[in-house]
Amino acid sequence: MQRAIKTCILTLCAALALAAAPRGDGDLSKLKGEIKIDGSSTVYPLSEAITEDFSKQARGVRATVGVSGTGGGFKRFCRGEIDACNASRPITKAEREACEKASIEFIELPIAFDGLCIAVHPKNDWVKSLTVEQIRRIYGAKESARRWKDLDPSWPDRPIKVYSPGTDSGTFDYFREVTVGKDGTIRPDMSVSEDDNVLVKGVEGDIDAIGYFGLTYYKENSGLLRAIAIDGGKGPVAPSDATILDGTYTPFSRPLFIYVSKKAAARAEVAGFVGFAIEHAAELAAEIGYTPLPASTGSTVARNWSARKTGTQFLDPAGERVTGRLAEIYN
Amino acid sequence: MSGAARTTARLLQDRAFLLLCLAFTSLSVLALCILLTSIAVQGWSGLFDAEAVQAVFTEGQLSRVKDLVRWSFFSEFASRRPANAGIHAPLVGSVWVCAACMLFSLPMGVGTALYLEEFAAKSRLTRFIDLNVRNLAGVPSIVYGIIGLTAFSRMFGLIGGPDREPIRIGPEGSAFSLTLPFGQSVLSGGLTLMLVILPVIIISTQEALRAVPKGLRQSSLALGATLWQTTWRVSLPSALPGILTGSILALSRAIGEAAPLLVLGIPVFIASTPEGPMSPFTVLPFQIFNWAGRPQPAFHQLAASAIIVLLLVLLSFNTLAIYLRHRLQSRTS
Repeated sequence: MQRAIKTCILTLCAALALAAAPRGDGDLSKLKGEIKIDGSSTVYPLSEAITEDFSKQARGVRATVGVSGTGGGFKRFCRGEIDACNASRPITKAEREACEKASIEFIELPIAFDGLCIAVHPKNDWVKSLTVEQIRRIYGAKESARRWKDLDPSWPDRPIKVYSPGTDSGTFDYFREVTVGKDGTIRPDMSVSEDDNVLVKGVEGDIDAIGYFGLTYYKENSGLLRAIAIDGGKGPVAPSDATILDGTYTPFSRPLFIYVSKKAAARAEVAGFVGFAIEHAAELAAEIGYTPLPASTGSTVARNWSARKTGTQFLDPAGERVTGRLAEIYN
Repeated sequence: MSGAARTTARLLQDRAFLLLCLAFTSLSVLALCILLTSIAVQGWSGLFDAEAVQAVFTEGQLSRVKDLVRWSFFSEFASRRPANAGIHAPLVGSVWVCAACMLFSLPMGVGTALYLEEFAAKSRLTRFIDLNVRNLAGVPSIVYGIIGLTAFSRMFGLIGGPDREPIRIGPEGSAFSLTLPFGQSVLSGGLTLMLVILPVIIISTQEALRAVPKGLRQSSLALGATLWQTTWRVSLPSALPGILTGSILALSRAIGEAAPLLVLGIPVFIASTPEGPMSPFTVLPFQIFNWAGRPQPAFHQLAASAIIVLLLVLLSFNTLAIYLRHRLQSRTS
């Protein structure tokens, strides 16, 4: 009798364990090893969320995420020090060459969109929207707009106070590329901070200020700032998940990437992690405050990952940056 | 000007100087107070359970005293949800890396100071070393980070690298096997922090040794004790309070350092604690910096809570230093 009860309990336990086991993620609990990820601080919150959930299922895997910045991350990636690099911009020509030299092949995987928000003080009632050309005139080193009046004669005759993220960040690189171009120079006389919260504080405290930072920082401070609609030629478009997703908020939305080393991808724990990341990127991106990729791009990412397609699609063979919408470039 | 008027002027001057000094002092104290208050206001909700605080202090439910502190803040790893996030990994990581740092820097620092003060003849060379040590104490810590990255993390690119496997020493899979180069491990973090605080330890040990009365040493030598016996039984014990105070203060500098470890490429997120010298780790200042830069105010509160923990750790170190100095001094004198 006692034995029968014991068997019964054991069977029940086994059934419960089976029911509780993760489904769809393969058997992550059996994986072992170490995964090293480093790179962009913009991608970090998403990477943290993915790693947090992954670590709960794959208890034998020790995954670490650093924040050396996109440039710093690629430096380590191309030395073979890390398995994957978080990037808030595509790989550059010089970085690709460094990887080639060290014979490191990589798989390029977009995981979400991040919008850049151009914001002013809420009491600034003259700016309704700006064209990319006007933004270039404010931020460019050789440009003329130093006072609001320079952009529009009806605007106040006061200096424009300019705020910007630090020049080492991928955010700055991206902004420079879409405003003054990759050979252009951003004006040096800006208030610069590596911490976007400082930029938010700066803009919310000065009626003549203008600044740009990640859209999540605007979402958290929406009462204290006013986001500027961007006129990319087809009328002003305000930043939001919807306008980023349908591609009308341009050019200030950008894809975020994970670059995975092909050699590391051969390891079961890295493959398990990247598979997990692709599968859960959309829901976690939405939770963190980023914009998920459209479903069609998501399936392209999954396909490229399972085919272990290497190389970048954002540089042409000559090393020139390919520009345009993600869905048109990435396939 | 008459004598009396001159006296009044001098007394006025005296008073003005006193007021000026007082103003400067209160200004710095005020700045500290503002900083501490804002951190305490922001951070207390992360450390204490508001509901339990109310139950204990307004309703007098003494049974809930153990719930006052939110222990989960100390036992949980970082999380995207501020309510679930904790400082387990960075707290344990800080302890590990400081222990590793002390293990190397104490013998090396005290040894160097003993050599310079007790054994070496005062030559041009020792004066040169002395000057350099003093100079190194003022070098920004980020520079030591670059040295640490080159020397310990990458070992000058001589071992390992993109196309070579790292060298493993010791039993495979054991917590105490070594891997060359050291990479982003507790060992390379500890060695890098050692570089940062070594000059501080050497200088404070030198000062402590200089404060030992010459007579003590000379009488020991006169009784026929060797230099080693004199150092070990006379100089070192009387200098011990000073050495310990200096070392503990140096340690509290090491625990607050972020810049040199940032250069090494230490991660922020890690859902495990170190198991040995080759384990990856993160430290409290890193987690604080990361949380403070996030968009959500809830993370800024967590950063403030972690700052309070860091301040408490530093405070306990300093208290220990004062206690040890006091105790050892009263014993030796």
